[in-house]
Amino acid sequence: MTDKLGFKSRDWNSHPAYLSPDYKSTALRSPTKPLVPLAQSLSEITGPVYGHESVGPLDADLTRNAAAAGEPLGERIIVTGRVLDEDGRALPNTLIEVWQANAAGRYVHAADQHDAPLDPNFFGGGRCATNAEGWYSFKTIKPGAYPWGNHLNAWRPNHIHFSLFGPSFATRLITQMYFPGDPLLDLDPIFLATPQAARGRLVADFSLEATEPGVALGYRFDIVLRGRNETPMEN
Amino acid sequence: MTQKQTPSQTIGPFFAYGLTPEQYGYNLTSIAAPEVAKKDQEGERIRIEGQIFDGEGTAVGDAMVEIWQADAAGRYPHSADSRGSNADFTGFGRVGTGTDPEQRFFFETIKPGAAGDGQAPHINVIVFMRGMLNHAYTRIYFSDEVEANAADPVLAGIPDDRRGTLIAKRDDSSAGPVYRFNIHMQGADETVFFDL
Ligand SMILES: [Fe+3]
Repeated sequence: MTDKLGFKSRDWNSHPAYLSPDYKSTALRSPTKPLVPLAQSLSEITGPVYGHESVGPLDADLTRNAAAAGEPLGERIIVTGRVLDEDGRALPNTLIEVWQANAAGRYVHAADQHDAPLDPNFFGGGRCATNAEGWYSFKTIKPGAYPWGNHLNAWRPNHIHFSLFGPSFATRLITQMYFPGDPLLDLDPIFLATPQAARGRLVADFSLEATEPGVALGYRFDIVLRGRNETPMEN
Repeated sequence: MTQKQTPSQTIGPFFAYGLTPEQYGYNLTSIAAPEVAKKDQEGERIRIEGQIFDGEGTAVGDAMVEIWQADAAGRYPHSADSRGSNADFTGFGRVGTGTDPEQRFFFETIKPGAAGDGQAPHINVIVFMRGMLNHAYTRIYFSDEVEANAADPVLAGIPDDRRGTLIAKRDDSSAGPVYRFNIHMQGADETVFFDL
């Protein structure tokens, strides 16, 4: 094993700390001992392989993938962007899984007790994969804000949950995409747990270019996964 | 052009219909399941089960666990492993802790072989949950691999009093072998988590 093999480290100037006291649930769920450094081996530089073959015909259109008796309510949007590594290399054919609340801020999940209506025509789960240049796109309904129990009058900003594998077990990422101009961002302990300089990377840009005229507003959200170490492997 | 990493955020409490839909009874096909190996997969069939405990010792019911492992010959089904593996074996499993009355996670799989790089047989694990802003990496080693574990360079680098948190205990009292592996986020038995 050699530490030159594989992928660049997690950049702890970009990621939130495990223990972020304003996000109360971290208190009992964050590791208290320092992480143990692990030299990357085949176990870490390989990883689950999921791409286009995992995406069903309607998976990338959340406005249609659960439409039963009509169309879901809310503002239709298109979310698009590129998945890159730290060296700006496109990551082709990598699966993205997304899940989100409906326009009223209610999740389909049985444990969501928020007193806002479910939408019989909206599920909120979907998938897409990147193309050869790293581009992905899916159509959905803009998710609503929802209250949560972290503190008195706490509301999550509008957001979409993203899950990506990338090329290895080391590049795994789960994150959230937020919307520009949301007044709740400055009040949200989950968003604010992110180092200040990195927060902007979680906020999509409005994109007229990605907008489908007469149908859906466009948002651009690029995602950067860990890059590769440059030192070539010996034999 | 140099880019900066997209920050991690928590998986939150409501991932199940998107990431583990079939396990939780939602109407979406799952890409992965707790059943990792098909019936005819070469190797010793094993079950792995355990609970995840928070800092108060309460079992966590809204976590997701993913595993990534080699096949019985120690080969990973991925292009970076030049030896090539059984194309049928994904090596990947995913389960939520919210469908078991005791908040257990479980996997039905095969015991991985040693990869041949000096490391003992092990399964690579990622833990996600509400209240965790970054996922946590750990590993499952096997209690019946005493010699291989003693020679494993990763285990060797871990203090004696914490090494045991990475070793699943084999139990042959059921129909098939079961390895029990509990994960403790905090406390005296806090699991070793890796920075990799
Ligand atoms: Fe959410």
